[in-house]
Amino acid sequence: MRLKVLSRDTPVALAAESGCPSGGCGGAGDALSDLPEVIRDKVRDHPCYSEEAHHHYARMHVAVAPACNIQCHYCNRKYDCSNESRPGVVSELLSPEQAVRKVMAVAAEIPQLSVVGVAGPGDPLANPERTLATFRQLSETAPDIKLCVSTNGLALPGLVDELCRYDIGHVTITINCVDPEIGARIYPWIFWNHRRIKGGRAAEILIEQQLKGLEMLAERGVLVKVNSVMIPGVNDRHLEEVSRVVKGKGAFLHNLMPLIAEPEHGTFYGLMGQRGPSDDELGALQEKCAGGMRLMRHCRQCRADAVGMLGEDRGDELRLDKLDGLAVDYEKAMAERRQVHAAIEAGRQAQEKGLQESFVSSAQIMRRAIPETRPVLMAVASEGGDLIDQHFGQARELLVYEVTAQEVRLAGRREVDRYCSGADACGDGEPLLRRTIRAIEGCEAVLCSKIGYEPWGLLEEAGILPNGEHAMKPIEESLAIVYREMAADGRLYPPVSSEQRLTA
Amino acid sequence: MAFQIVEGCVSCWACLPLCPSGAIYEARPHFLVEAAKCTVCEGDYADPQCASICPVEGAILDGLGLVANPPGSLTGILPERVAEAMAEIQAR
Repeated sequence: MRLKVLSRDTPVALAAESGCPSGGCGGAGDALSDLPEVIRDKVRDHPCYSEEAHHHYARMHVAVAPACNIQCHYCNRKYDCSNESRPGVVSELLSPEQAVRKVMAVAAEIPQLSVVGVAGPGDPLANPERTLATFRQLSETAPDIKLCVSTNGLALPGLVDELCRYDIGHVTITINCVDPEIGARIYPWIFWNHRRIKGGRAAEILIEQQLKGLEMLAERGVLVKVNSVMIPGVNDRHLEEVSRVVKGKGAFLHNLMPLIAEPEHGTFYGLMGQRGPSDDELGALQEKCAGGMRLMRHCRQCRADAVGMLGEDRGDELRLDKLDGLAVDYEKAMAERRQVHAAIEAGRQAQEKGLQESFVSSAQIMRRAIPETRPVLMAVASEGGDLIDQHFGQARELLVYEVTAQEVRLAGRREVDRYCSGADACGDGEPLLRRTIRAIEGCEAVLCSKIGYEPWGLLEEAGILPNGEHAMKPIEESLAIVYREMAADGRLYPPVSSEQRLTA
Repeated sequence: MAFQIVEGCVSCWACLPLCPSGAIYEARPHFLVEAAKCTVCEGDYADPQCASICPVEGAILDGLGLVANPPGSLTGILPERVAEAMAEIQAR
């Protein structure tokens, strides 16, 4: 069986075409340049740790860890829907041996693969035998692939040395609070020392273990990303404190994620009607935390069996039963991978060098803009690389950038039709279109490769300027040009209220 | 008397490796306890392990055939308080 190769023609062409033309992505946006070299090397090809890397490299999760040792109110262990995308959900559970076979086959199929993680569907460290067996085998058979793990942290301190033995360089800990009273409203129970413990005491133990594990990893030079789920009315006002504490204990990156809670997911929060944060609420929190801590803003809240580039999931297409028949020439695949990664890096370096030497693109365009102009939010439809290459109507998510006279910065992303929620999403397009427009409220322009007549009109009505003039062009450069045009039109002079902005 | 795994089990595997007597086995539509092997964890642990980690209310029956984790025991919200708690949560 021959599987479909990448969405681009060839990986090498991808490398040649891609890369950000301005400093916003790899420079200011990623802030990789301020990192010590040893750390830069660790994150350079990890799509979850470097915003720029996610344009170039792919990741996969292997679902080998079914059991969990805590209960979170946003999780329901029994749900499995192939249309549903959220952490904790998988379609097939793998044994460690199956996981290794799957990694080998996927790595041959997707040479951009740089990272394999164990993220569930339960807690990887509540299944230490299965998780560690997977890591042991992968570290032997695929030594060039980075290994990482996500955990709730309860069992972490006892397993830090084991993780280091297999050279796990990246660990994600989900820490939603550092106050047990708040924790008691998120975690109804934990399983600890062979007993079920409930209430504040449960949260207290969990937090203690999480922070201890974080410190132990940081001491050993392992990069730790902290995930926090923002739950309005529960921990939203507390997460700034979490950010401060985890930074103090050596976390490398903080990822503030919105709560996903719908009744059909069958989670406690979903069934009880707990709301998730609005994009604005999440954005405001990220801004508050950004001063103190490096933030991840490109998280896609992947499933525990996701495969492919961040934002795409080829897990279903690359299921084990479909891969099992494939004969994989592993040596050849590894050589190809080495070649592809080298080409990607060469492309990135050429671009970075070009930036340093000439920097003709957005920097100069920016300099010509009047410095007093206000920041503008713009939305972009992109397939996941760094080009404006998606039809507005086909976008599953829109990237939102904040553009100022000085820089172009990814401010977040807005889901457009993430869940299958019946006729609303699958039937006629009209409500979906209005929802899409609502999702990019606050933006003043939307750049895409193409756009239909109807959405064009509705966008204009909503005060959002549709723009298809930069199809197949690099995102940041194009945004800078649009910004300059808006400035030249006199639309960006002194700050106006958002109400005025929408009707301008 | 042995514990039992009944309808409601989601086959999450959490209990299987914890059972000190190896009485739990994978089966369809859900995992099962081999009654002859179950010791109710006596002599090994203070609490029965399967019932202590199971995330689903009602999925495990104790030695007397009673539900080990009755409704509300795992969410922390008793059935008579659900409406009240829901109103509170929705006001957030």
